[in-house]
Order: sequence, then structure tokens, then C-alpha cells
Amino acid sequence: MKRVALLGMPNTGKSTLFNRLTGSHARVGNWPGVTVDLSTARVLVGAHMVELVDLPGLYDLHGFSDDELVVRHFLEAAPVDAVAVILNSSQVDRQLALALQVKALGLPTLVILNMADEARRFGIEIDTARLEKGLGAPVAPISARFGTGVPDALAKLARVLDEAGPARQASVREALAEDHRREEQIESLVRQSVVVPERLSEQASDRIDRVVLHPWLGLPLFFLAMLAVFQAVFWLGSPLQDGVEAVFDFLKSHALEPAFAAFPPLLRGFLLDGIWAGLGTVAAFVPLIVVFFFFLAAVEDSGYLSRAAFLTDALMSRLGLDGRAFVMLLMGFGCNVPAIMGTRVMRDRPMRLLSMLTIPMSLCSARLQVFVFLAAAVFAPSRAPWVLFGLYVASFAAVIVTALLFRRRFESREPFVIELPPYRMPTLRQVWLRGWGEVKHFLRRATRFIFVGVIAVWILTHFPAGAAPAGPDTWAGWIGHALQPVLGPLGIDEKLAVALIFGFVAKEIVIGAFAVIYGLEGDALAANLAQSMDWVAATSFMIFTLIYTPCLSTVATLRTESKSLSFTALAVAWPLALAWAASFAFYQGMRALGY
Amino acid sequence: MMQIGMTLKSAPMTTRTPLSHLAPGQQGVIAAVDGPEGLRQRLAALGFRAGRAVVVLRRASLRGPLHVRLGTTDVALRQAEAGGVSLRAVEPQAA
Repeated sequence: MKRVALLGMPNTGKSTLFNRLTGSHARVGNWPGVTVDLSTARVLVGAHMVELVDLPGLYDLHGFSDDELVVRHFLEAAPVDAVAVILNSSQVDRQLALALQVKALGLPTLVILNMADEARRFGIEIDTARLEKGLGAPVAPISARFGTGVPDALAKLARVLDEAGPARQASVREALAEDHRREEQIESLVRQSVVVPERLSEQASDRIDRVVLHPWLGLPLFFLAMLAVFQAVFWLGSPLQDGVEAVFDFLKSHALEPAFAAFPPLLRGFLLDGIWAGLGTVAAFVPLIVVFFFFLAAVEDSGYLSRAAFLTDALMSRLGLDGRAFVMLLMGFGCNVPAIMGTRVMRDRPMRLLSMLTIPMSLCSARLQVFVFLAAAVFAPSRAPWVLFGLYVASFAAVIVTALLFRRRFESREPFVIELPPYRMPTLRQVWLRGWGEVKHFLRRATRFIFVGVIAVWILTHFPAGAAPAGPDTWAGWIGHALQPVLGPLGIDEKLAVALIFGFVAKEIVIGAFAVIYGLEGDALAANLAQSMDWVAATSFMIFTLIYTPCLSTVATLRTESKSLSFTALAVAWPLALAWAASFAFYQGMRALGY
Repeated sequence: MMQIGMTLKSAPMTTRTPLSHLAPGQQGVIAAVDGPEGLRQRLAALGFRAGRAVVVLRRASLRGPLHVRLGTTDVALRQAEAGGVSLRAVEPQAA
């Protein structure tokens, strides 16, 4: 089998081409010496079975960015038979530099000129034959979005492979010693084979930008657009999520419970409330992740995401973040899990980690369910909305405090210099592949972790055998009791502490946990809660629930996305500390004021 | 912004002006790019090379980044980063 590396600058449509060539058959794999996952897929190219590797976008093989290091390490560690360099046709004049760097590595090279259709619209003409001669490598113009020219490009790749010697590594540092000559070479190549019109005619993108990036209208339009995306994601996603949960409940009560009826209660409980509930927790995220990434792919592919970064940079740079982090943070108010996965659009690791640390502070829809229930139970109907509003403010404050405190530790290494690509219509195919690709990624990486967590919580709340579920005699009850010196000053009693242990699985479970712990449901439960805690204790409990450790699925996602246990530990410990401090300040402060 | 634009217009052609000082609509020719190596490299890859023309299309509000165009490439960069790009022959863009 031959190995071909696909390489190019960001925004050249490299992943679009990769997806077009491989469909949904790509798999994500680890490579020696490389810290990020790389997508690979097998493709038949002429008579060769080829393992195609999609390398991250890079500007310069010499570069210092995380992605540039990844590409360099890959080329130095993994032997490849050929490299396919993909360039944006409208920008050949500057992107040829990368093609020349790759050529200098001495590896068999195919140069792919993508977005040939867009270049034509700009009035740019490229003489492919002359460029081939000047570069000393075959050149194939294509449109990855529409598929034109792709068969021809594959035929050229097959010919490159026919003539290639054995696969080998490249020594990037040595090969790229003399850069000066290359600049002259680019200029003569461009002069010979590329015609760029003197002045570009006004494009549709310019007209859109004039509105979308307007000094005063830009930000309000951005918030409106994000609100629309947010509503669309969760109006579409939530009913689907409810549907999945309903199916799991139906199967549980109509198929599994009768089937396991003869089992001893403890085994039945383990199967139903441990394993089946774990499966259900994982499955409930699938529709949300799919819908979220449908929309994120559309926003990203359209070119608007980098505009969002431009618009919000003035605000976000003060927090050590950028506009892309802001988009993910907003999405976190729906669900933290896809928002954390979405931070992959940020290519700088420290900044990505910082936004992953702040996202769990955003008040997601699961927490909202708990707050709506509690606020309605404890507060007068006229006060309850203000309590919810206050919790949203607290959520934003927690995000800002976290970012300000940790911005030095996760200082961005990359300059804020980003391309604003022309607007492009996202293709359905791309959007679809992205949604399912992300779900597969989530299922493969997070399932086991979530499973183990759900079962652990089940064991804590049901053992030792014979204790009433979630009662004071269970291990969870003991923990709740042992934590009283810490949680008591926050107004959180033993029963509420057990509910918080349940809440670790998923925040919305807290209400269900109340039902189990108090042995009451619905209005009776609400009345009992209103009696057992006053508004200060209830608010303190809500503040703690808002900030304390992210739910199990979020922790699983933090771990798989950061690939760092110590970071994951920080992302669990810091919110706990902040939650304690905030609740303590609130509860003791209110009590001191005489409430 | 307009104030700066007016003074630059009347400035002699030989002076060098940082890109960060340009008002929307103004353009210039890159004379030199200074800064840490990583930044220079990134700017070069996006087309910031001596002798190339660059136009400022707009500036984000609240002292946000600049939106500039070099040939067929549109780039957003912060003021700090734009400060390292010095220009000669600055003039308001012809209509």
C-alpha cells in the first residue's frame, strides 16, 4: 500500500477534497510523534491502493504554529510515497511558496489547483502547462466542491506513484535551508504562467461584507445570527433528544423490565439503572451533536466564522480569547459537549484549552431545567424569572473570571492574522459528512468514560446492598455526610449533597434524584423542597449547581479533546473551587445581612 | 480616523508609515515587515512582502482588528501586528 500526504494552506478546500475522495470512510488515527488526530482513508488511485492522510492546514513548512509542527513531525517520522499539495487558484501568487517548499523536500509531488472556478470568476488565468514545466511537477486544476477535474487529478497522482521510488521520510530542516532563491523563483513562475487582472471587479463578498462587517451594524447582526443558529440547533435538537430518551424509556419499561423481572433486584438494577442508563446518556447526545455540527459546518464553510472572529476580537482579546471562542461559548449555553468539540476550529492549543476551560461555566439547557424547577418551587412567580436572569449573569461572570485568571497560563502563541475567505455556499454533502463524522468521533472516544461514570454513580447510590436507594445508608449518603463540614456553610445539607453526586452524571438528573431522595414527585416534591430550604439556601444550591464540576459527558469530552489528564483534572477542580467560593460568599453574605 | 487620513495624505512620499495608522480606503506599498519570526513568516505566507500593495478596507469598532486586502487575499489582523508592517507611497485609494 502507498501512502500519500495531502497538504495545503488553511482555506484551500483541502478537507473538502479529502471528503470528496474518501466519502464517510475516513477514520481518525494516532501517529507516532504527532499529538493530534489525523484523518486517513484508503482510496484506489489507478492501480495503487493508497492510504491518504489529511494533514492540518499550514502556511509554512518552517512555521512555529502547532499545526505546522504537526506537519513537520509527520513528514519527518512517517515515510510517504508522494505529497499532494493543494493550492487556492485565486491565490497561487503567494501559495506557490508552499508548493516550492514541498518540492524542495525531494518527495514526489502533485500540485492541485483548487477553486479553479472561483479563480476564473476573479479573472485569473493560469497556464497549467507552463506552470508544470516551471515547477517540475504535474499540476491539476480542480473544483473540490463540485468535483470537476478530480478524476484527472487522480490520474495524474497515479502517474506520480507509478514513477515514485520507495516511500521515505523527509528531513524538513535541511531541505529548506536557502529561502532567498525561492522568492525569485515564485516571481518568475507567476510572471510566466499566471495572469492576474490589474484591478479586481467588485465581488458579491464585498457587498455582503459592507453590511455584515459594518462598524455599527456588524455586532448586532452577529448576535442576531448567533441567536438564530442557537434557536435552530436546540429547537431541532431538543425534540430529537427527547425522542431518543422516550425510545430508551419505552424499551426499558416494555421490553427490558419484563425480561429481567426474574433477576435478583440488585442485578436488575445494575442492568437497567447502570448499563441501560449509561447507554441512554450517551445516545441522548447524538442528535444534538449532529445538528450542532450541521450548523457549525455551514457557518464555517460559508466564511462567516472568521468574520465573527474579526467582529468580536476587540472584546475577546482582553480575555485572552478570540471571536471563535465566543461563538463556541454561546453554543455552550445550549449544550457544553458539542461546544467543546467545536473548539477544534481554533488551531492554537493554549487558546483552545482556555476556551475549553470557560465553556463548562455556561448555563446549559440541562442546568436550566433544574433552575426552572427549583425557582418555581421556592420563589414567587413574579420573582422566579429574575432569579433565572441572575443565574445567567452569574454564568457570564464565571466565564470572565475564569478567562482572566487563566489567560496568562494559556497564553496564545499565534499571532491574530487570519484570512477572511470569500463567502461560499456550504454544500450539503460537506455539512452532512461533518455532522456524522463528529458523532462517530464522540461515540468512539467518550462512550466508555460516560459508561463507567454512570455505573460508578449507580453503585455509590445503591450500595451497600440492602440500603434504601440514595438513602443516608448508601455510600453516597456517607459521602454526603462526610462532606457536611465543607458543604454545610453553603446551606447544602446531606440530602442535597447526594443530589449533587447524581448531578455529576448529567445536571438534569438532579430533579429526578430529588424524587428518589425525598420519595416524592411533582408538586409534592416542590412543596417539600420549599419547606426544607429558604430562598437563600435554594439560591446558594443553584449557584453551586451552576458552576460545580461539569457533567460526566462534558468531562469525557474535555478529556478526549485535550488528550491531557492534568488539564481534565484542572477543568474539574477549578469549577468546584469557584462554585464553593461563590456559594459560600453568597450564603454567608446573605445570612450576615440578616436574611 | 479622518484626521489621521488627512495628515497622511499630505505627508512626503519618502516617510514610512505603519499599516496600523491607515484609515479605511487608504493604501500603500509594503516597505518592510518587522516583528518576531513567527509573525513575519505568517504575514509573508499571506502575501505581506516588500513591494506589494495593501489596502485597508475597514477597521473593527472598539479598536478592533483591521481588514486589509493584498491582491486576491483578504486578511484580518490586530493593530499590534499591523504596526510591524511599514508602508511607503501611502495614498487614499482611487475611487
